[in-house]
Order: sequence, then C-alpha cells, then structure tokens
Amino acid sequence: MTAVIEEAASGPAPAQKPARDHTPIVITLRIRRFLPDLVGPNGEPPVPFWQDFQVEADPTERILTAMLKVKGEQDGSLTFRRSCAHGICGSDAMRINGRNRLACKTLVKDLDVTKPITIEAIKGLEVEKDLVVDMDPFFQSFKDVMPFLITSGNEPTRERLQSPEDRERFDDTTKCILCACCTTSCPVFWTDGQYFGPAAIVNAHRFIFDSRDEGAEQRLEILNEKEGVWRCRTTFNCTDACPRGIEVTKAIQEVKRALIFRRV
Amino acid sequence: MQIHKYDTVIVGAGGAGMRAALEASKNSRTAVLTKLYPTRSHTGAAQGGMCAALANVEEDNWEWHTFDTVKGGDYLTDQDAAEIMCKEAIDAVLDLEKMGLPFSRTPEGRIDQRRFGGHTRDHGKAAVRRSCYAADRTGHMILQTLFQNCVKQNVEFFNEFYVLDLLLVDDEDGNKTTSGVVAYELASGEVHVFQAKAVIFATGGFGKVFKTTSNAHTLTGDGMGIAWRRGLPLEDMEFYQFHPTGLAGLGILLTEGARGEGGILRNADGERFMERYAPTIKDLAPRDIVARSMVLEVLEGRGAGPNKDYVYLDLTHLPAEQIEEKLPDITEFARTYLGVEPTTELVPVYPTAHYAMGGIPTNVEAEVLSDNETVVPGLYAAGEVACVSVHGSNRLGTNSLLDINVFGRRAGIAAAKYAATADFVELPENPAADVVALLERLRDSDGTERVAAIRAEMQETMDANAGVYRTEETLKQAAADIKALQKRYANVSIQDKGKRFNTDLLEAVELGFLLDLAEVLVAGAQNRKESRGGHAREDYQARDDANYMKHTMAYREVDANGDVSIRLDWKPVVVTRYQPMERKY
Ligand SMILES: Cc1cc2nc3c(=O)[nH]c(=O)nc-3n(C[C@H](O)[C@H](O)[C@H](O)COP(=O)(O)OP(=O)(O)OC[C@H]3O[C@@H](n4cnc5c(N)ncnc54)[C@H](O)[C@@H]3O)c2cc1C
Ligand code: SF4
Ligand code: SF4
Ligand code: FES
Repeated sequence: MTAVIEEAASGPAPAQKPARDHTPIVITLRIRRFLPDLVGPNGEPPVPFWQDFQVEADPTERILTAMLKVKGEQDGSLTFRRSCAHGICGSDAMRINGRNRLACKTLVKDLDVTKPITIEAIKGLEVEKDLVVDMDPFFQSFKDVMPFLITSGNEPTRERLQSPEDRERFDDTTKCILCACCTTSCPVFWTDGQYFGPAAIVNAHRFIFDSRDEGAEQRLEILNEKEGVWRCRTTFNCTDACPRGIEVTKAIQEVKRALIFRRV
Repeated sequence: MQIHKYDTVIVGAGGAGMRAALEASKNSRTAVLTKLYPTRSHTGAAQGGMCAALANVEEDNWEWHTFDTVKGGDYLTDQDAAEIMCKEAIDAVLDLEKMGLPFSRTPEGRIDQRRFGGHTRDHGKAAVRRSCYAADRTGHMILQTLFQNCVKQNVEFFNEFYVLDLLLVDDEDGNKTTSGVVAYELASGEVHVFQAKAVIFATGGFGKVFKTTSNAHTLTGDGMGIAWRRGLPLEDMEFYQFHPTGLAGLGILLTEGARGEGGILRNADGERFMERYAPTIKDLAPRDIVARSMVLEVLEGRGAGPNKDYVYLDLTHLPAEQIEEKLPDITEFARTYLGVEPTTELVPVYPTAHYAMGGIPTNVEAEVLSDNETVVPGLYAAGEVACVSVHGSNRLGTNSLLDINVFGRRAGIAAAKYAATADFVELPENPAADVVALLERLRDSDGTERVAAIRAEMQETMDANAGVYRTEETLKQAAADIKALQKRYANVSIQDKGKRFNTDLLEAVELGFLLDLAEVLVAGAQNRKESRGGHAREDYQARDDANYMKHTMAYREVDANGDVSIRLDWKPVVVTRYQPMERKY
C-alpha cells in the first residue's frame, strides 16, 4: 500500500539554488540530409549530404527544440519524427555527436557547443528521408518474440495475484518505449540485420520474467534460434544507448541464463 | 489514388482506438489508420492512474465514484454516462490486468490504489484510494498492453496514415450517413480512400492550440477539425482543462499522483496555500480549483522565482524510496528538464494546458450526434476527441484513461454490430477531391506566411487570453487575433515540395485544424457568462445554473457567399440522481 504523509506543516520554503544559465548562445547543427525526391537533372539518384544550420538556443533547451526552430524558420524540408517532446513516445531517436539518443532528452548544455553538433539518422535501418528511417523491420522483430501475456486455463474473475517482489522482477524491461536506440547502436545488428536486436529481447524478457505468464518456453525457443540471443557479444552499447535507463545487456544475459538452465 | 474497403475503420491508435480495435476486429474486418506508430500515441504520456472502485485497499463503490465525477465536472456531467463509466470501470481495470498490464501491487498481490484529486469517500468526506496505477507510467503500460494485444490479435494497422477527411453521404431523407474516410500516406504522399460501413474517430485532443501544454506536438485536433468542417457540431469546447502541475515554463506534466502520494503546493512564502482554498482535501482538490488557486497566488504577488511567476511542488518530506518507487519518471523529468532534485529541492510548477473536456458529441453507445439527438449512422467517436459527456466542465484525474477504455470498448462493439447488418454506403463522386485540393493549394502556394510563425502567435494569444482566467476583453482579443491569423493562414506556403515524408505539408494542414478549434473554443467561452469547472471568467465569477447549466453546441454555418460563421446552441444536461450543489472541498 502507498504510504502517505497526511499533514506537513507550512514552513519557510527551502532555499533554491541559483537559476540555471539561460543566456542564449548560437549553436551549429550539422545535419546529415537525405532528400528522396531530390533526383538529379539526368535522373541521378538522390545522395546524402551534410548541411550546417546556425540557430540561437537557450543552453537548457532540448536539441529537438533547436531542430524545430530550424524546420520552422529556416528549412521546412528538414524531416524528423517527434511527438511527446519529453522522452516517452520513442519517436525521435537519432545519432547525436555519434551517440544514439532522443533529441527531446538531450539538452544543448550537455553537448560541446564550441563545435558543430552532428545529427544523423540511427544506423542499420534504411534511411527514408533525413532522420526518418524505416521502422518496420524493427517492429517485426518485436512482434516475432510474441510480446503479449500467454496464459492457459480459465480467466479468474478478479485480477491475477502478483506479489510486489514478482512485479519488481521484470519492472526494468516494462519501461521500454520501442525507440530503437539500443538496436541501432548494436554492432551485431549493423552487420546482420536479421539479428532480433536488443529491443526485441528486452520485450521478450518483460514477459519471460512475469510470474503470470506461461509462454516462456515458446519465447525461449524463438530466442534460441540462429538470429537469437546467442548473437549478442555483450558489448554494452545497447545499455549505454537506452534513454529509459534499462539495463539492456543485463536483461539479455538473464535470457541467456534462462536458456542454459531452462528455468526462469 | 487507392481505394480500400473495410467493415470498420478506426482513426487513431491511442488508448481509445486500440481498445476499440480489440473489440471491432473480433467481429468485423477492421483497419486502424493512425498518423503515428501506435506506441507513439500520447496515451503513453499518462502517468498517474485510472480510477475504479475496486475497493482493494479501502471501502469504496462505484456510486461514490459517480458522485465525484458529477461534482468534479461542476454539474455539467451527463449523469447517465458517468454512471455507466464508473460502473464499467471495475471490469475495465480487471480486463487490462488480464491482458497483462503490470499494475503496481499491494502486499497481498492485488492491484494497488492511491489517492487522486477529487476522488472521495462517501460523497466528499475524505480522499479515497481509487486510482489503479503502474508507478507513474500508467498510460505507457496501457498503451503497451493494448498494442501487445493488438499484435496478438493480428489487428491491421496503417501506420503514418493521416486521415484528413470524413465521407458523409445524404440518405434519401437527407440525413448524413457514413461512407468512409480519406487518408494521406506520409511515406509515399499518396491519397487513399477507405470505404467503410462504420468509422470510429479516436484521434485524441488538441492541446497544441496553447503554448504551455502537456500535450504532444501531434495533438492537433484533427478528428474534431474534420468533423467540424463536415458540418458536425462540437460540444463544450470552451471547457479546456489546465493541469496544476506543469514544469514551470515548459508545461511538461508532473502527475497529480505526486500530490496523491503526499506532495504539497507552496507559494513563495512556503505557505501551503491550498489550505485556504479547499480546507477539507487541500492539495487534492479537483484541478480547476487548484489551477485557479495557483494563478491567484501568482497574481496576488506570492509567486516564486525571479519573476514571481510560479509556485512550488514540495516532495522533500516524502521518503526518498517512496519517490523513487512511485514517481520515478516525473522525478527524472524535473532533473532532466529543470535541473531540480525533487527529493531535496522544491519543484517550480505552473498550470499547463492539458485536456479537452469538449469534442464531438456522442451518446453512451459512442454514436456521433449531428444535433442534440440525431445519430449519424455508422459514425462513432471515443476518447479525448469525443464528448459523451462524462467529464462535464472539469475532468477528474484518472477519468480519461478510464473513459478511453470504457467508451473505446463500447465504440468497438457498437461499430462491429452495426457493420454486421449495414450495407456499404456508396462513395461520393470524387471522394478525395477536397483533400487533393487542400493539399495542392498548400503545396503550390507561393504565399509569404510561415506555418511556425502563425502557430506560435496563435499559441501566444490563447495562453494570454483564453487560459485559466478569461474576461470579455481578453476573449475579444483572442477572437480578433485568431481571425487575423486565419486570414494570414490563407497566405501560408511551405518549403518542402516533395512527395515523400512531407511533414512540412502536414504541419500546415494541422495548423488549419488548430485555428478552427481555437476559434470555436473562444466563441464558446465568450458566450458562457459564468464560471464553471475549466472555464473561469473573472467578470462572471459565479456558477449560474439558472442560465448556463447546459452544454454548448457549436455549429459551423456557411452562407451563400461561402462565408463561415459559428452558430451557438445549447443541449440539456442529463440529470439522474444528483441535483446541483455548491461545490466545496
Ligand atoms: C502528460 C499527460 C498525462 C496524463 N495522465 C493521465 C492520467 O494519469 N490519468 C488519466 O486518466 N488521464 C491522463 N491524461 C489524459 C489521457 O492520457 C488522454 O486524454 C488519453 O490518453 C487520450 O487518449 P486517446 O486514445 O483519446 O488519444 P491519444 O492517445 O492522443 O491518441 C490519438 C491517436 O490518434 C491518432 N491520430 C490523430 N490524428 C490523426 C489523423 N488525422 N489521422 C490518423 N490518426 C490520427 C494518433 O496517431 C494517435 O494514435 C494525461 C494526459 C497527458 C498529456
Ligand atoms: S550487448 Fe549485445 S545486443 Fe547489446 S549492443 Fe552489444 S551485442 Fe548488441
Ligand atoms: S530498450 Fe531502451 S533503447 Fe531499446 S527500444 Fe526500449 S527504450 Fe529504446
Ligand atoms: S519526441 Fe517523444 S521521445 Fe522524443
């Protein structure tokens, strides 16, 4: 049950630390562009290119905000996906200064602004336009691991019981927002697009370690396949890339262990 | 142009759309059209919980929940609808659990419940634990769980398909019936026509009419805008909810669950000011009351910060482990976006535009109405886009996740049932003509106006003039500004002339919807000379039941010259058990 402190007396406000620096600075966004409609005069296929944009930004501002300014004020053709703008919808995974991150969760002040900030599409999925990649293969791997609760027998009338400890067991992997930061930072996935990739394994883990689920065997079989967990070489790129702070590599290790011991 | 044929077409894959899809696809051939990948929908942003009188941790029942919903809605709630929602809430939560939703648990292993604003025991005696939750990511878990079950059930999605028009055809009696929708495929730039017996709109809200908002960039009111342009009314649009605790200056939401867990609002003097405004339930008063109180604190000079323009949310007295366990995401938002450590520091907060109580009018079967009573055969709406009206003039926290599940389900069942017996209605001639014309006009325009500039000005004027407090004067200003912006919008041009992934083009279309809806919101607000729920007038501070205990119905009228105006009418509130009372907490 939730502990609630009923009354807390009114009192002087604790001191606030000095406000953050909001003095605007000019930053350079160096963006990898690809415009599929930009066919050459003699029908040459479009080619990717780098383009610099200078934009004024508050240091506490999100990179996404700076990009929206570029799109709104300078070049409407700059194309990227975005929705929530605070790191929960998984739309705006991109490679910023060589690292996979969400543009809406990366603040200007956390990057070196003395140099241009490079922004590219995530790697390993086909680039459709600028920072937009084809997400279908990514979602297909997700679907392949049967990412849903599997149970047998009659449904109970009330909720299934689950202890807080059992619930905690798979908490980390329930946080996944399917942004693909992990999968597209994985060197194995880059060289072998068939590999399920860490995100799919994370979502399999979420069910394999759910005490209510009875589909672990089936999922483990799938992950035991050639393109399954054994391809992972434990390089931790995926863990470093996850904007939700999920211990991705640890989850993969737990799935491997479950496979070896055939026991969850 | 491609033509597709489905029994049921669902527009939107948030909570409402996917809950509907799980029902509709069982019994009818169903397509879900969504402008976002389903898991990107803003239902995933919801944090605090979903209320149902499970009575897992203390005594509770659905009648108390109904009363709270009606009172919370400042007696504009349709009581028959609220009763259905609160009764079906219990199964709605249990269904989600059975689908796999990982709720937070009690020590006994039941679904845990916590306090939330306006939810009380026995008609207002004290706060009650009614909100079922999964830490502070309940919406994320609902969205994921519904998507997982759609995968399991092989629901057919058309991702990144923007529906831009609704096809209504007059039957022999001159009544509108549904024949399908027109959609634009982002990847290819192609226009598709979907013929359907039943269409369900589940496109969510329109928070982007405001600048400071908890809503996603994609919440541009497309569904409401499309219905409006097709001559369907919009109900109660002036009732827009401002959530008390947005991160100051940013609008990113901190759930009311933070106060449910014991968090307290303080002004610059450290005073727990809600004790003055709502002596019984204090910080857990409904949102309209808390938001108004916060604004008053600031207006009266007790705001905090260098510009005295916000107040504080204080969590510092709560055990750090409780914060980490129950509120992990919002503490991270405060750290990331404001650089504040909520376990030891006060968090600057201010009201943020959050939720549309109004929308496309429906009855309790989620059937869309073309006036106070007439059903549009084959057309349904559920979720934030719809107005049934279970939220009246002010939605209680947790009641939207409930609404999308209860009425999403009802819409899915009703649509499939209708599709089972109805015939396809023939498509109008040139079904895509209007959409093609709209897109071509925007793409070919060499106008001088930019989408981003007009959008920013609209958002500025809406924040300044149609926010928490409104007056005749500010609303007049907003109306004039919007009119001027609409003129400028006619002269808007885009830079991206390409076919593939042209988001520049779609932002221009979305802005058109937003401007229409801003205009309707302001017109309704000007017309309602009272304060009720989410609509607070400084110049008419009292609730006026004699003249205004009725829903606003706005209609788009086009005269012989093609000039558009708004006609405002009323619709009675459904009262069953509860007579209006003064609203004290
Ligand atoms: C930050 C935040 C926290 C919240 N917390 C809570 C809470 O704790 N409890 C609670 O009860 N409520 C909460 N709410 C409110 C609640 O989350 C929303 O009202 C609800 O999720 C809306 O669901 P929906 O299915 O109607 O719309 P959405 O989830 O917004 O989905 C809209 C769907 O429509 C699609 N769409 C839109 N336009 C088009 C188009 N033109 N063509 C095709 N598809 C389209 C989108 O792709 C999307 O799939 C919160 C809201 C916010 C913003
Ligand atoms: S740990 Fe495994 S899955 Fe993660 S990046 Fe390395 S190889 Fe890929
Ligand atoms: S595990 Fe993390 S990085 Fe990978 S898809 Fe999920 S949220 Fe994104
Ligand atoms: S825009 Fe939603 S995660 Fe960044």
